[in-house]
Amino acid sequence: MNILSRSFGTATPAGVAGWIHSLESGGTADGPGVRFVVFFAGCPLHCLYCHNPDTQHMHDGSRTTSGAVLAEIEGVAGFLRHGHGGVTLSGGEPLVQPEFAAAILKGCRRLGLHTALDTSGFLGDHATDALLADVDLVLLDIKAFKEATYRRLTGAPLRPTLEFAERLSLMRKPIWLRYVLVPGLTDDATEIAGLAEFAAGLGTVERVDVLPFHKMGESKWRALGRPYQLYDTPPPTPEQTDRVRRIFRAEGLTVAG
Amino acid sequence: MDRQLTETGVDLLLSDPWRGFTGGAWQNGINVRDFILRNVTPYTGDGAFLAGPSDTTSALWATVTDLLKQERASTGGVLDADTGVFSSITSHAPGYIDRSLEIILGLQTDKPLKRALMPFGGWRMVKNGLEAYGRTPAPMLEEVFPRLRKTHNDGVFDVYTDEMLRCRKSGVITGLPDAYGRGRIIGDYRRLALYGAERLIGEKKEQYDSLALDRMDEEALRLREEISDQIRALHDLVVMAASYGFDVGRPAATAREAVQWTYLAYLAAVKEANGAAMSLGRVSSFLDIYIARDLAEGTLSEGEAQELIDQFVIKLRMVRFLRTPEYDQLFSGDPTWVTECVGGMAEDGRTLVTQSSFRMLQTLHNLGPAPEPNLTVLWSERLPEGFKRFCAETSVKTCSIQYENDDLMRPYWGDDYGIACCVSAMRIGKQMQFFGARANLAKTLLYAINGGRDEVSGEQIAPAYAPITGDVLDFDEVLGRFEPMMDWLAKAYMNTLNAIHYMHDKYMYERLEMALHDRDVFRTMACGIAGLSVVADSLSAIRYATVSVVRDERGLATDFVIDGDFPAFGNNDARVDDIAVWVVQRFMAALRKQKAYRGATPTQSVLTITSNVVYGKKTGNTPDGRKAGQPFAPGANPMHGRDRKGAIASMASVAKLPYADAQDGISYTFTIVPGALGPTEGERVDNLVGMLDGYFAQGGHHINVNVFDRDTLLHAMDHPELYPQLTIRVSGYAVNFIKLTREQQLDVISRTFHDRH
Repeated sequence: MNILSRSFGTATPAGVAGWIHSLESGGTADGPGVRFVVFFAGCPLHCLYCHNPDTQHMHDGSRTTSGAVLAEIEGVAGFLRHGHGGVTLSGGEPLVQPEFAAAILKGCRRLGLHTALDTSGFLGDHATDALLADVDLVLLDIKAFKEATYRRLTGAPLRPTLEFAERLSLMRKPIWLRYVLVPGLTDDATEIAGLAEFAAGLGTVERVDVLPFHKMGESKWRALGRPYQLYDTPPPTPEQTDRVRRIFRAEGLTVAG
Repeated sequence: MDRQLTETGVDLLLSDPWRGFTGGAWQNGINVRDFILRNVTPYTGDGAFLAGPSDTTSALWATVTDLLKQERASTGGVLDADTGVFSSITSHAPGYIDRSLEIILGLQTDKPLKRALMPFGGWRMVKNGLEAYGRTPAPMLEEVFPRLRKTHNDGVFDVYTDEMLRCRKSGVITGLPDAYGRGRIIGDYRRLALYGAERLIGEKKEQYDSLALDRMDEEALRLREEISDQIRALHDLVVMAASYGFDVGRPAATAREAVQWTYLAYLAAVKEANGAAMSLGRVSSFLDIYIARDLAEGTLSEGEAQELIDQFVIKLRMVRFLRTPEYDQLFSGDPTWVTECVGGMAEDGRTLVTQSSFRMLQTLHNLGPAPEPNLTVLWSERLPEGFKRFCAETSVKTCSIQYENDDLMRPYWGDDYGIACCVSAMRIGKQMQFFGARANLAKTLLYAINGGRDEVSGEQIAPAYAPITGDVLDFDEVLGRFEPMMDWLAKAYMNTLNAIHYMHDKYMYERLEMALHDRDVFRTMACGIAGLSVVADSLSAIRYATVSVVRDERGLATDFVIDGDFPAFGNNDARVDDIAVWVVQRFMAALRKQKAYRGATPTQSVLTITSNVVYGKKTGNTPDGRKAGQPFAPGANPMHGRDRKGAIASMASVAKLPYADAQDGISYTFTIVPGALGPTEGERVDNLVGMLDGYFAQGGHHINVNVFDRDTLLHAMDHPELYPQLTIRVSGYAVNFIKLTREQQLDVISRTFHDRH
């Protein structure tokens, strides 16, 4: 009973060191059920619409270890199981720190938790087969389907992402495809139809989320003192969003919403 | 011909009110639980069978809605009040809203929403209440009080010691029921329906005779006098029911009668006792047995069954008491805590969810959201999925439900307990509590630092223990002062409560509610604590950061400078969560050492209701960085905005608080924006069910669930007329948001919204 003689908490467990932006213990937007989301710091893409621009630079995050993150996860593992959820590595881009990501995924496996990797796929070749063996679901963010659009949007080439998608398909790894709809930028019906056909051809896309562009990241850009190019871009109307969902459905894909 | 048949049919019904029921111990003695377990029909399906409101119900509710609008527009939100009639079970002629539309009859006074005069708690309070709302009490009453008739309040102040008065004034103990009804006693209102008043009176007479003992000591004499009062109350109940045309001397013979009888028993209680919380208990699945029988006999349709429950609930939404503006600051939004428990599991493993559990929740869809009755779902991991989903769906739509952990409480209280007020479990008809409001532990910590002097007034409130004189707070030293200060507080607090409840029993005995109890009841002395997260974070700051003291010219520590980071309660961080657990255990241990009035067992709650605002106002700067006057977090909640790791980490911290050391309940209010609960409606429902399962499996006791946007609340503050029914859950109960004081509205808006998505 005497608090004086008690020690509170435990020493931080070690493991692989890494950089995180933050932890969210009750996420519901990144994979099935109630999830623990690890937001990694650092991202190689520079998307115009990024809503977490404060996660782009790895060293703006805080340094921790896989052991510390896993201790946090273990503390709420009961909730995650009851909530038919699990753990999602998001960011930023988790594959910027593949060893750190792999260590967390391995630990989740030991805890018997469902795992999801939320990635743009651009660094897909950083993901070893061993890492992917500990991933139950990939949330694959394909931001555009034409090289020019992709480059304008992200500053990077599209090819690595499509190759990663094909690799996942060969591994029979379940995919939730995510597509952010930005009016005037990613709303070309022909381009979307091409993506839908490609996604259907993969054979492992279980669900498609069409995410309407929103401006919740705007204030973060302002806070970072960086130019935000989408001030004048409106969010898509529900009709526009529905139209895009229909394009995916036309390919026989399951579309949420 | 038809008429004759009907009359014969009615006679048959009356001659055998228990027809078709499975017999058992309940027939030989008063035992509602046995009746329920032998006759209940558990329901494991979904809500597809439910009916909407009948035209009659909709018309009645429209009339009431209009009355509620007039009430809100009246001075102090009081539509009408008696100024000359003492309220009792039989004081008023029958009252109606619109008799042609009412299926369930009975009002507290002769007019809807007219508040009764209940002066025995304290005449001054009633007088102030009337005057605050622009009314003048009848001159005759000034003659009566206190010269001819002493009140509870007079009695308490006759015996209060200087120490008790000091604690009360400084606010280290606040909200004490020394000037208003203590409440939190649940009559077993079902007994009237199952047995009828004649049988109940007979049982009470036997109890009375059983107390003709060889040695008639104070205890026996007191109980004999109380039982005499109980019998009189039951006779009065029969008279009051007769004025509405009902013979409650006999048992209820139909579903409509069962609902009506149960309501009349409850009505008799709220005609005479104005307790802070006047809870209903656990009636839905009891009434379901009657409804199921009528449905099977073909005398009732689903629409009519829903109509009974809807109309019952309309009446429960109209219970009112006359309060003072000071009281409203403590318990804002005119709450009555007509708490009704639905769901839960039987000890034999069957669920106690029935179709009427659904019907009770369906009232929130049929009549729209409302704070009362305070609908409380007793959650078990083993509840049927369909019911879990219906609850979650109703929460998402109406924010009007609270959840409590049946798997945690059943081992303590069995499977026929109800919740009084917000979180206080008690076996129905077998147990009561002495409501003890709460002690301010954050202020107590400051007293420990300042040697018992109040940081606001500078007065010596607690004993003059040595103050801390160093410039930087040392964890071990602060704890060394905090423990004896908690021990002193526990003693002063218990003594004060003993004085209050001794006088309450003497001058304001709840004769009707206790008539619906067994002879010998188990009593708890329900103490409480406020400011838990402030104390835990303060101790954490002292231990993990550097906290320097700023003293004023009186030499009192009135401010603190924190250098460095420290873990805050609400992030599932053992370093500070363990401190919060220790505080709960340590204060409970101190309370257990005290001797409570009438052999009561001490318990405590971690619950503030809306008094977290008042407590904060009376408490100076604290070592966690909270500024003087700022509200505490409500109940067991982490401090606003300090739970930074999301919804589940916050829940996990709260779930660590030990129920064994807070058996009067641990209240947690959870607010989440719809988008953070999931992208689609189906996923929101699934995820809420998952979070509830997770929280309760982890040992959480209670959770209020609010699903709304901060913007909605901001808009409602500016345009209250557009949100007459906007209901939100605050510490243990629900309120109409627009009825809160502006200060409390701002407090609600400043609370943590889980909004990451």
